[in-house]
Amino acid sequence: MQASKPCIATLIAVLSPALLFGGTISGKVTYTGTPAKQKVIDMSKEPSCAKQHATPVMTEGVVTGPNNALANVVVYISAGGDDPNPPAQAVTFTQKGCQYGPHVLAMHTGQELDVVNADQTSHNIHPLAKVNREWNKSQPPGTPPLKDKWDQPEVIEVKCNIHPWMHGWFVVLKTNHYSVSGENGSFTLPNLPPGKYTITAWHEPDGKQTQDVTITGNETKTVDFSFALKPY
Amino acid sequence: MGGKIFAVIVIVIALLSAVPIINHTFMGANVAPPEDISTHGASIDKQLDETMLEAGLSFLAAQLVLGFFVWQFGGRKDGAIKNFPGGAKYLVIAAVLLVGLEAIALGAIGTKAWATVYFQAPGADAMPIQVQAGQFAFYFRYPGPDGKFGQLHPEKIDEGNANYFGLDPENDVAARDDVTSGELVVPVNKEIHLLMHAKDVGHSFYVRELRIQQDFVPGLDLALHFTATKVGKYEIVCTQLCGLGHYNMKAYLSVMTQDDFDKWLKTQDQ
Repeated sequence: MQASKPCIATLIAVLSPALLFGGTISGKVTYTGTPAKQKVIDMSKEPSCAKQHATPVMTEGVVTGPNNALANVVVYISAGGDDPNPPAQAVTFTQKGCQYGPHVLAMHTGQELDVVNADQTSHNIHPLAKVNREWNKSQPPGTPPLKDKWDQPEVIEVKCNIHPWMHGWFVVLKTNHYSVSGENGSFTLPNLPPGKYTITAWHEPDGKQTQDVTITGNETKTVDFSFALKPY
Repeated sequence: MGGKIFAVIVIVIALLSAVPIINHTFMGANVAPPEDISTHGASIDKQLDETMLEAGLSFLAAQLVLGFFVWQFGGRKDGAIKNFPGGAKYLVIAAVLLVGLEAIALGAIGTKAWATVYFQAPGADAMPIQVQAGQFAFYFRYPGPDGKFGQLHPEKIDEGNANYFGLDPENDVAARDDVTSGELVVPVNKEIHLLMHAKDVGHSFYVRELRIQQDFVPGLDLALHFTATKVGKYEIVCTQLCGLGHYNMKAYLSVMTQDDFDKWLKTQDQ
């Protein structure tokens, strides 16, 4: 019985878009101007982490790709596409090589969040929540993942109380329709029923941009976002 | 008889206790402090040796006097107590003066060692390096080619983007070429003027090979100067309990030749 549940879930996931929802919003996030230079992170004080990196580790405040693509932008439906329930699948936030992976993690309110320590050193993860309850938890090496969830939608900055350079973000949403742009800047929001939507793109140093999109039937609409970056 | 046995025990304990204290000065490598790589360290080591020797001998002398009195008078059963000639008042005054003079003498002699680090100004060509202690890492800043440090703006501290000091390169030209590092890299045989401040709570800067230990006090700008005389890598540790990650608060001191240092500085981000 247990084993068949994922199968059914997969079946529904595969079939439902084809049967029910055909709309897709996709596009690309780009930048204009000069992005801030990524800086080398000096983690010499934590040799067990430093030796995991063959090349210098860079700050991830602004990560860009070819053709002015902008990574780590969360694109999501902020109006018209709320989902009452979180997915059953947990999202994972990993501390490895004294870095957070992924740098930006989006999730649904109430969705299980697993925080993994893959390092040989202790971490103390500290999400600086303002709307949700703020906490920090120590995690020695070898301990099982910390489990938590967020009740309210919020963009939460995350830091490590032991390693000052560690930095990441939780983007907690009311919708399951979200996408985080990769180094090619592209994103896709599939499986959308017909309707009017507000699409929001959030980028760490620049805040939010929104656009309104209407989906009728089985179409794919293209929505692009552009952020103006400053070198400092 | 009981008094004599007790006196012997007192003297044996005194001799055994004094051995390691006095031997601190003479036993050499067994109890010697770690290698000294600073120009001022020798005077501090010498001062420590003298203090230990003097304290050890004083301790031994006092215990022997105690043992003598126990031997001489410990077995008496008649219960009569004789007063010290002239009363105890003058004896107490004499003891206070003696101990006080000893402490003052040690302080006066020790000031020579202390003053080389704290009272003398650094030389005019000393290299300024700033160190900021914060929970739970040290960061170091070099002024860059312009020789000027950019201003600090605590509200601009952004550790996720490597702005540990709160620089404002957008508006502050002097800050643009500042080099920040998690490692204290210095050229050998060059005087370093270390400018210290704390970002949050009290910390301490301790390098045993440099014979330097200095607290950071939030709100105070403190300074040190030293010259490292041996190429190598040494540990800098925080020796002031500063919170959860105190055990993990450390950095490394790399002493390099001038050439290696110049190369290192060029490879650093600005």
